[in-house]
Amino acid sequence: MNAVVIGCGRVGSAVAKGLVADGWDVTVLDESEDALVRLGPNWRGGFVIGHGMDAKVLERAGIAEADAAVVATSGDNTNVVIGQVLQRRYGTRTVVVRVLDPARATFYAERGLNTVCPTQTAISVLLETVQASVPTPQAS
Amino acid sequence: MYVIVAGGGKVGANVTRSLVEMGHEITLIEERPDRFARLEEEFGPVVLRGDATEISVLERAGIARPPELLLAVTGDDEDNLVISQIGKEGYRVPKAIARVNDPRNQAHFDLLGIKQTVCATTSILGLVEHEVPEHGLVRLLQLPEEGLQIVEVQIEPKSPVAGSRVGGLTLPEGSRLISVFRHGRTELVEPSTVMRPGDQVLAVVSDDSASALRSALLGA
Repeated sequence: MNAVVIGCGRVGSAVAKGLVADGWDVTVLDESEDALVRLGPNWRGGFVIGHGMDAKVLERAGIAEADAAVVATSGDNTNVVIGQVLQRRYGTRTVVVRVLDPARATFYAERGLNTVCPTQTAISVLLETVQASVPTPQAS
Repeated sequence: MYVIVAGGGKVGANVTRSLVEMGHEITLIEERPDRFARLEEEFGPVVLRGDATEISVLERAGIARPPELLLAVTGDDEDNLVISQIGKEGYRVPKAIARVNDPRNQAHFDLLGIKQTVCATTSILGLVEHEVPEHGLVRLLQLPEEGLQIVEVQIEPKSPVAGSRVGGLTLPEGSRLISVFRHGRTELVEPSTVMRPGDQVLAVVSDDSASALRSALLGA
């Protein structure tokens, strides 16, 4: 199975390594060659330098043959635009998009994009942890 | 009319100035503090500080009214796309016009349903083509909704149609010749019109047939 990971930051690089460990053929795409360091010295997947908005770059990364794509650049808007392009233009079966802003994550999730919002997850976990550890304060 | 302008750079600021002078009600959204301060000094309370791709900022600007027109004119194409999508799909803004900064992103705007776009680079290239006749087919106007374009062609002495009556020509399906400009006058094209070298012909053609029309009028 082929996967393309767009954006090689903390999240993208870790997802890419995890997919390789699971036996996927992974190509990572990032604007900066420096990002390759995050994949470690034993990286055996592909690496393409360029912007994910650029169709030529996407195609060089093998998007046409990809079974799955993870979009996790540092820009929410870049991610939702690339995610929609992958779904509509390339018909990529599984597209997962990282969106930090909960409102935009919900907006695009309602429109058929598979969004993951770490901010929302953090909010929920923090809230639940506090709620579980102390008795609910009484309103005075 | 009520207009939201997202992005207060050169384009956004100048459009806002003109619309305010025309008496329209405007909200201009700008995120950068330095720009915001300058804009607020000139335009006063119509300027709102914030990131126009954030739904809460758009709501503060009155996106839910909704405005008759939304102009997404930041310097970032992804931002302009998202602003237009939120306005059109989330709040039924009847008309959104988006600025395309990098013409290579035009295909993304088309794909994601943002039909009305403005790209300075493409406009300038269109003017260059108009001045450089060897490009053959000059695109004067693009009608993306209809999939049609209005083009201009200069007939050359070696053109296969030079000397022929329009009624006898076989032109590609999806094309019509409109008018001929010669000797300083424009005439509507009739079946009896004869094509002459030097004629400037206006035609309407579907996007798919443009290159076939070029070959028919100018040869391979």
